[in-house]
Amino acid sequence: MNLIDSYGLSLLGGALIGLAASIVLLTHGRVAGISNLFGGLFLPGYDARFFRLWFLGGLVAAGLVLSVIHADAFSRTGVPPLAMVGAAGLLVGFGTRLGGGCTSGHGVCGLCRLSRRSVVATLTFMATAMLTVFIVRHVVGGPS
Amino acid sequence: MKSSLAALGAGIVFGVGLGISGMAQPAKVLGFLDVFGAWDPSLMFVMGGAVIVHFALSRWIRRRERPLLDAKFHLPTATRLDKPLIIGSAVFGIGWGLGGYCPGPAIVSLGSGALSAFVFVAAMALGMAIQYLVRMPRTVSTVAERLAEPTDMPSALRASAAGGGRSSQEHAPLPDGHDVGRGLDVDGGVAVHEQ
Repeated sequence: MNLIDSYGLSLLGGALIGLAASIVLLTHGRVAGISNLFGGLFLPGYDARFFRLWFLGGLVAAGLVLSVIHADAFSRTGVPPLAMVGAAGLLVGFGTRLGGGCTSGHGVCGLCRLSRRSVVATLTFMATAMLTVFIVRHVVGGPS
Repeated sequence: MKSSLAALGAGIVFGVGLGISGMAQPAKVLGFLDVFGAWDPSLMFVMGGAVIVHFALSRWIRRRERPLLDAKFHLPTATRLDKPLIIGSAVFGIGWGLGGYCPGPAIVSLGSGALSAFVFVAAMALGMAIQYLVRMPRTVSTVAERLAEPTDMPSALRASAAGGGRSSQEHAPLPDGHDVGRGLDVDGGVAVHEQ
């Protein structure tokens, strides 16, 4: 796929994400932050468990449909080794609950509300993610 | 019923957006984060597209008195920049840079049957549970009590357990650290945020 198509799909995908976040705000009055929606399924002290379940079910359903009609949406190569993915999952789970959000909650919804906390969170995770990739790829020269 | 369908529909649109945007390809995400190597800038357009659309629509939606299917908006009220926000976001970024998955795309990828997505989501759930259990203070008895905490307290009880509706902008540390990592959430799904 050439670069222009890739940019176009990214922009269109982003617009759909923004649209979906707006539907959640309009219908349920909530922030479409995935780490919160997921954590609130099973951690004590969260509300709206049915809403969470249906929304996350929609995410999985979308993945199921895309894997049939647009399998390019998912990488078959270049995925880090499973042990690294597992370690990454632990850090993402811990970090998003401590920091109160991820790329969707802070990076999209928070920025749109002009939340100072979300601006700082987004700059922070972008910076540490880029630094991590730099170390893994160019200092350690590890996998991927 | 209406509420469930709206949630399901929004989830599907969100998931299709994530899928076609390239965010569910760890290889592409890592290429986007590799600013010192063969940088692939295309994923900037994902955040660009999402922010343009949601910035405009959310402005208009928030002028309403209430959402269509709920009695009120559940939006975050915290404004304070604090250590959990910074440390948590930094840790999240390290994980994102290691695996190439952030939470949304990983959950969408479950639908593709990718083993790495299942490993990631299971580990993410474990990481969230660990964060819940080790919130200050970190004593064995507190962890044991947390495990015994009821999961479906009525919201009035939850509000009192979390500090009697204390606003999360006030920083007086709660004795049991209930507002750390949970009360300051961007979602505001916690009783302390309900206005």
